[in-house]
Amino acid sequence: MLKEIQKSLFKKKATVLYPFKERERVHIPEGFRGKIVFDRDKCTGCLLCARFCPSGACEIVTDEKGKRPIFHLELCLFCSQCQEVCPKGAINLTKEFELAAFDRKAFTIR
Amino acid sequence: MQEEELQKTEKKSAYELFFDIPVGPQHPALKEPAFFKFRVEGERVVGVDVDVSYNHRGIERALEDRNYIQNIYLIERICGICNVAHTLCYAQAVEQLHGKEIPPRANYIRLMMEELARIHSHMLWLGVAAHEIGFDTLFMYVWRDREVVMDLIEMLTGNRVTTAVNTIGGVRRDVSNEAKDKVKKGMNVLEERLKYYRKVALNDPTVNARCSGVGILKPKDAIRLCAVGPTLRASGVKNDVRKDDPYTLHDEVPFNVITFDTMDVFARVLVRIDETLESVNMVRYCLDHMPNGDVRIKLPLSPPVGEAISRVEAPRGELIHYARSNGTKNPERYKVRTPTFENLPSVSEMLTSKSDYEVNIADIPIILASIDPCFSCTARMEFRDVSKGKTWIWSLKELKAHCSKSRR
Repeated sequence: MLKEIQKSLFKKKATVLYPFKERERVHIPEGFRGKIVFDRDKCTGCLLCARFCPSGACEIVTDEKGKRPIFHLELCLFCSQCQEVCPKGAINLTKEFELAAFDRKAFTIR
Repeated sequence: MQEEELQKTEKKSAYELFFDIPVGPQHPALKEPAFFKFRVEGERVVGVDVDVSYNHRGIERALEDRNYIQNIYLIERICGICNVAHTLCYAQAVEQLHGKEIPPRANYIRLMMEELARIHSHMLWLGVAAHEIGFDTLFMYVWRDREVVMDLIEMLTGNRVTTAVNTIGGVRRDVSNEAKDKVKKGMNVLEERLKYYRKVALNDPTVNARCSGVGILKPKDAIRLCAVGPTLRASGVKNDVRKDDPYTLHDEVPFNVITFDTMDVFARVLVRIDETLESVNMVRYCLDHMPNGDVRIKLPLSPPVGEAISRVEAPRGELIHYARSNGTKNPERYKVRTPTFENLPSVSEMLTSKSDYEVNIADIPIILASIDPCFSCTARMEFRDVSKGKTWIWSLKELKAHCSKSRR
């Protein structure tokens, strides 16, 4: 019993004080599926991303370049299926995970 | 137990006084919506009426509107904890429709992910069970160590819980050599900790007092009521889909089916801890024997016309998926049979006092928790006549007859 107490007293705490302290200690591994980054120049408008998106987060709009997707992060499941099917590598999921915002426009990726 | 049987017990009361305690659908003791009506005689529970139809989400219908790729992510969300088992079962069913085999490396990764998910599910359960018996120190310890496996899953797949790793024709991510080393290190930590928890469960007076002789389910009743998974194995019945009907590589990877013969909650605790230890060894075997090669084959979006059934041993028990294809990109019919639904009749059996064993009100939470209930697994169709207080389930024929009658 005493041995356990001694061990626990001088051990590092298991809880990370995430938003307040040691922010950098929140370890995000490579290949984490976070916020979408879309490269509009690489896109050819094949619309595969919208065809395979399971949650309807990928909306198709028509602009001067033709049909292009816009991504609604509030609907996104972060499954990275769009990244997988994109033949040009225009869609990438980054390590960014802090996505809360007051403005809804912040959730739309163009 | 059905309502009529409850009324029968009323007449036989020694005290001529019964109370009905309603618990749920929203209740602090329950993590998910379900309704239990306990009939008690003092502290003794003499009957229970279960209603689990609060969580119907129409997933089977929604699957028919989406294509096979989109369905992977919908299937994954039937249950968060069992997501690997669900996607594995779905992928196997669709591959069976295609009639194709996946590469051996993909099979190893699938098996490894399945076992990692089992480790994380069983450790979560152990924490919840410790919390239900009021042993919160154990709960905190187990959940701290569960972070080891959660971090490994995050590293391998890109997310902590919803892994999205299985896909039709293989897996979506390969395992690198550095990742292998990290998984091996994590497994060493977990093995040591799990052995410690086994010691705690065997020697601790709190665990013993709250779990031994509580929630007894005899093997005869377990088979009669179609119990599955650890609940069945804790009653001493040797039944595991991984051994009985091997899928992926379960016929190659060595493991033991853990059974226990004390038939109570204590047996369920030990079965789950020992199974987790077996899973740790299976993950190690997979890492050592993983061949090189592709992890995925490309398959067309629309499988040929046909039917398929696939079975998987999910952490909670046997999981069955049925798929029917009509040659288009959407399935014509999809059916999921989940383990918790199969275990609910057993839980009413465990919660009813018998001549040789008593159930107290204080034991209700741990007995309920002992089957690892997941109420997202349970919603099915049933009919309820509120004025008569009757609940029943109709067959298709009866339903059709009723519809034509009411139309007239």
